[in-house]
Amino acid sequence: MFQLLKKIAVVGIRTEAPPLPDETLRVAEALRAEVLDRFHGALTIRHVDAGSCNGCELEINALNGPYYNLEGLGIRFVASPRHADMLLVTGPVSRHMEIALKRTYDATPEPKLVVATGDCACSGGIYGESYATRGRVSNVVPVDVAVPGCPPTPLAIMQGILTAISVKA
Amino acid sequence: MTLGDLDIGFDELPGAAAAWHALVDASAWRRACEEVTAEGGRLVALWGSDRGAGAGPRFRVHAALVVHAGLAVVTLPLAADEFPDVSDLFPAADRMQRAVYDLLGVRAAAPADARKWLRHDAWSAREHPLRKDFPVEGRTGSAGVEMRDDYPFVQVAGDGVHEIAVGPVHAGTIEPGHFRFSVIGERILRLEERLGYKHKGVEKQFERLTLEQGAKLAGRISGDSTVAYAWAYAMAVEGACGIEAPPRAAALRGVCLELERVANHLGDLGFLGNDAGLAFGLAQFSRLKEDLLRMNLALFGHRYLMDAIVPGGLARDLQAGDADCIRAQCDAIEAELADLRSVYDEHPGLQDRFINAGKVAPELAARLGLIGSAGRASAQAWDLRVQYPCAPYQSLEVKMATHRNGDVAARVIVRFDEIVESLRLVRLLLDLMPMGEIRAPLAPARAGAIGCGWIEGWRGEVFMFLEAGADGAIARLHAHDPSWQNWPVLEHAVLGNIVPDFPLINKSFNLSYSGHDL
Repeated sequence: MFQLLKKIAVVGIRTEAPPLPDETLRVAEALRAEVLDRFHGALTIRHVDAGSCNGCELEINALNGPYYNLEGLGIRFVASPRHADMLLVTGPVSRHMEIALKRTYDATPEPKLVVATGDCACSGGIYGESYATRGRVSNVVPVDVAVPGCPPTPLAIMQGILTAISVKA
Repeated sequence: MTLGDLDIGFDELPGAAAAWHALVDASAWRRACEEVTAEGGRLVALWGSDRGAGAGPRFRVHAALVVHAGLAVVTLPLAADEFPDVSDLFPAADRMQRAVYDLLGVRAAAPADARKWLRHDAWSAREHPLRKDFPVEGRTGSAGVEMRDDYPFVQVAGDGVHEIAVGPVHAGTIEPGHFRFSVIGERILRLEERLGYKHKGVEKQFERLTLEQGAKLAGRISGDSTVAYAWAYAMAVEGACGIEAPPRAAALRGVCLELERVANHLGDLGFLGNDAGLAFGLAQFSRLKEDLLRMNLALFGHRYLMDAIVPGGLARDLQAGDADCIRAQCDAIEAELADLRSVYDEHPGLQDRFINAGKVAPELAARLGLIGSAGRASAQAWDLRVQYPCAPYQSLEVKMATHRNGDVAARVIVRFDEIVESLRLVRLLLDLMPMGEIRAPLAPARAGAIGCGWIEGWRGEVFMFLEAGADGAIARLHAHDPSWQNWPVLEHAVLGNIVPDFPLINKSFNLSYSGHDL
């Protein structure tokens, strides 16, 4: 136990400053201020992997690490879409995940936000549309913010999330 | 090379992998598999291909088998639409054979399990997307979301037995798959996996690309193993083209592969601590992993080293001072790893969750063909870097990490040991780094040329088999993830454990969905 406490004390807090929202990532109309007010600076996210190569998941996991500390901003990942304000969707939507994604979207209460994360989610990426994939996420559910990158860095994903919950500048 | 006293004429395949290839008939196919089983070898991959309409048999099945000398790839041209079942010899072949049927429409004769595997509802039972006459965009009207995937799970009946269905969308940030538990109270009586949700038609996509273009897609089959996949792909292309990557490129590939191993093992150790209730572990290991990823970005231009390895060599070279930067990072990780290891070792609550959870005894692991780091934790002493080393591993004397307990604790120990060894290898490779070119020009591959790639990634061996088409195209590329072998073993590992331990046990294997579903 001593070693554990010593490590905590020596390492200290490594969290870095979050990025500012970026209007260029926005695809849909920004939510009205009074709707955003409802989130009260606290946001819950359900991640849905709709067919990614798992690269984007690595970066989403990094968001919860000490450097990015998303939870420190009042934003956290939850286990059910019914508890979520936002869906963070990765991957070109595989046809085998299409129903699951739609159902997850339907299970998320209004008002809800969708952030398409990564090149595949934004455009279909390297997989595009085929017998097995439906391509971009917006082909299947409405998208508010799209974050490109293969995979997008944790900062870029964070920026996308913050853009979605910011009032349009 | 010969295989027992079988009369099979093997040709050595060109390239860095120690591999041989032979055409066989149906009886030799079966006897080759029996011989390999008897000799203590194993099955790496089983897949099919379509040569399209024309002279000779249209469909072929292939099996890559590990023998003493290396990899023996046997190809069976099919006169009818059946081939001999080998799932009794290699249990892992069961799902591979079912996938061959889903994708190509040729099936194993009278297998124990004839259910579909990769197919859900994206195409109909009468269609087979890897056939050359199946359009990559699919056929309209024949399939769609209105058709539902009805998969006949095995039902367990009895007093007090009930089912828990989990997925495909899971509670955490992980990939989609379905787990059907049959339980009494909290205890798991049976687990049945249903995968294929991430099927993206990867192998069909390859057939639209040139050998050079394929590298980018290869690096995105399973993002967490991008280096291993890109290297296996490059190795296959180089073999088919008859070229060799320069020695400096080989050494740098080794550095990348070991850095990928370190990054993934660090991440896993953090999550394993977290899943057993020690958030401290996740915070500390995530920090070490993030430091490494940031160094990767600065030195190689990508946090996960995507697109660093290309056919012919490497995309970019290290600059002056970079080697010192990597050495310093390795030293820092090694020192902190020692601290964290003693925290893990001496934490009674953590060890209580780790020890005896998800146990796979060595005998069971051998029978089912468990491989990779999970296999080594169950005494399956296979590591390509040790037994079949390609450049730059021949002279490095890689020390294999093994354990006999086969539980979560053993898989944690193997990860700790492998990180330490990888850090040694990275520094050694930097010390021995040859000077010179980092990329050889690609020579044109003759149509029908074969290449194969075989790389020990952090999860286990990644295998690729390439058949070149005309004018630098890809006629067929099969990519095989070690998860094919290890997913079925997870169904056994959880038996008798309680449902709340499943996330921990699952994480201790950390298998790829994307690499499996293709």
